[in-house]
Amino acid sequence: MNNVLTNIPLSTIGIGSMCQIVSLNLQGLLRRRILDLGMVPGTPVQCIRKSPAGDPVAYMVRDTLIALRREDASQINVNLM
Amino acid sequence: MSTTIKPMITLEEICIEAEKIRLSNPNVGDKIVSDIYANAETIARPAVTKKATEARPWDHKLDDILTSRLFGYPIMLTLLSLIFWITITGANIPSQMIADILFAFQDQLLVWFELAGAPSWLTGVLVLGMYRGLAWVVAVMLPPMAIFFPLFTLLEDLGYLPRVAFNLDNMFKKCHACGKQILTMCMGFGCNAAGIIACRIIDSPRERLIAVLTNNFVPCNGRFPTLIAIATIFMGGMVISELQIAVASLVVTCLVMLGILITFAVSWALSHTILKGEASSLVLELPPYRKPQFGAIFYRSLIDRTTFVLKRAIIMAAPAGAITWILANIYIGELSIVGHLAAWLQPLGYAIGLDGFILLAFILGLPANEIVMPILLMCYLSSGQMLEFESLEELQRILIRNNWTWLTALCTMLFCLLHWPCTTTLLSAYKETGSKKWTFLTFIIPTTIAFTVCFLVAQTARLLHLV
Repeated sequence: MNNVLTNIPLSTIGIGSMCQIVSLNLQGLLRRRILDLGMVPGTPVQCIRKSPAGDPVAYMVRDTLIALRREDASQINVNLM
Repeated sequence: MSTTIKPMITLEEICIEAEKIRLSNPNVGDKIVSDIYANAETIARPAVTKKATEARPWDHKLDDILTSRLFGYPIMLTLLSLIFWITITGANIPSQMIADILFAFQDQLLVWFELAGAPSWLTGVLVLGMYRGLAWVVAVMLPPMAIFFPLFTLLEDLGYLPRVAFNLDNMFKKCHACGKQILTMCMGFGCNAAGIIACRIIDSPRERLIAVLTNNFVPCNGRFPTLIAIATIFMGGMVISELQIAVASLVVTCLVMLGILITFAVSWALSHTILKGEASSLVLELPPYRKPQFGAIFYRSLIDRTTFVLKRAIIMAAPAGAITWILANIYIGELSIVGHLAAWLQPLGYAIGLDGFILLAFILGLPANEIVMPILLMCYLSSGQMLEFESLEELQRILIRNNWTWLTALCTMLFCLLHWPCTTTLLSAYKETGSKKWTFLTFIIPTTIAFTVCFLVAQTARLLHLV
């Protein structure tokens, strides 16, 4: 049961769920940008809504709504809370 | 400890050292950012109090509607056509009033010039060329701009535009482009040169180039009045007068949609040919909705944008008016210079549904799209004089007398939407890309598409005997 909820990609999180960032597998400029937005290991993230086409998805991070594409979100590992 | 630490003197040395430390341990960067945030939290926790219940529920409710699967796209479309409808409806009467005042003043100018004993060529160049062109540009452009810009700034101020990017990003991703491209396109509605400068918000150089090369497919404010006038006269004129404005707004909306469609097509084509590459990442902030600040909206849209665009149009229109008057009044043999040029362009113009004069007006209008219609009208009136611009009906009479059909109107609108960018836009593209090659492509891609689309439309219509 536990392995289902830990260390899973952010892109698999359902709308409304809360999770906590474990690690980032991103590289280069995007990694910098994500870190600069405060998405560091330990930060709580809530999945808020999908765009009409289902992608990108908006996440609430530190009181800010940030949209990420599925490819990018799948590179961020989280634990469900 | 035999090694001594060398003192670092220049900033460059410090940077090199910092880079060395950063590369020696890939996690050190992450650690620094994490620590900064941890520190900030420690400071903020005792100092900042948050109302526990304040979740901004109406923000979420609004987003539920504006970005919903069902309503997201229809709302965008409705808002777009609503803006056009308000602009067209609202601009009619002030346009008329400004035209009345400016052309009354022209008659006064003519009287003064006569009293001063000015030679007729001077009166012609200054009053009938320069002043008349200017008056036309101001009367036709100022009211729509003064309505359109504040409306658009209002949407911007409310925080709606990032939602548009959020809704449309998937389509841009399929074209291997960036969702923020739609924001640069929105800027392009005001002015394509500004739109191209706005492309700086796109991180990936490849996707930025795509946005630069396709920005011209959204009609700028210099082209809107032309589109609106022709749509109102020809497309709106086909139905009963009560529906005229609604039909005209619909036609303009469809044209804008076509422009957006072509933007997607060209973006896709570029990503699969000369700008090959996969879609990169997107990090888009959706700021909370804000109560619009009307003072700021009026200042930004009227002072910053409207006067800026109008000033540019005036600077371009004055000499263009004078030059057109001269070209239209110097005769070589039977025809004026304008007549010769138009006759020479006639076969090409006819093939794409236009005529020689229209094509000539678009070419002479290269410095600023605003002046295409004034130039065209001056060219049409063989005496080199523009009739009084009294109303759209007057304009319609002039056009129909010069053999305009619905096909001419349609092809002129399509050509206006798709043709080459103005010189300011090309200059911005050169400054932003720093390359002659990309600037040339910014010119040649729309030009090719405009000729192709108009050619296909004209030939099909003639083949099917629709005209």
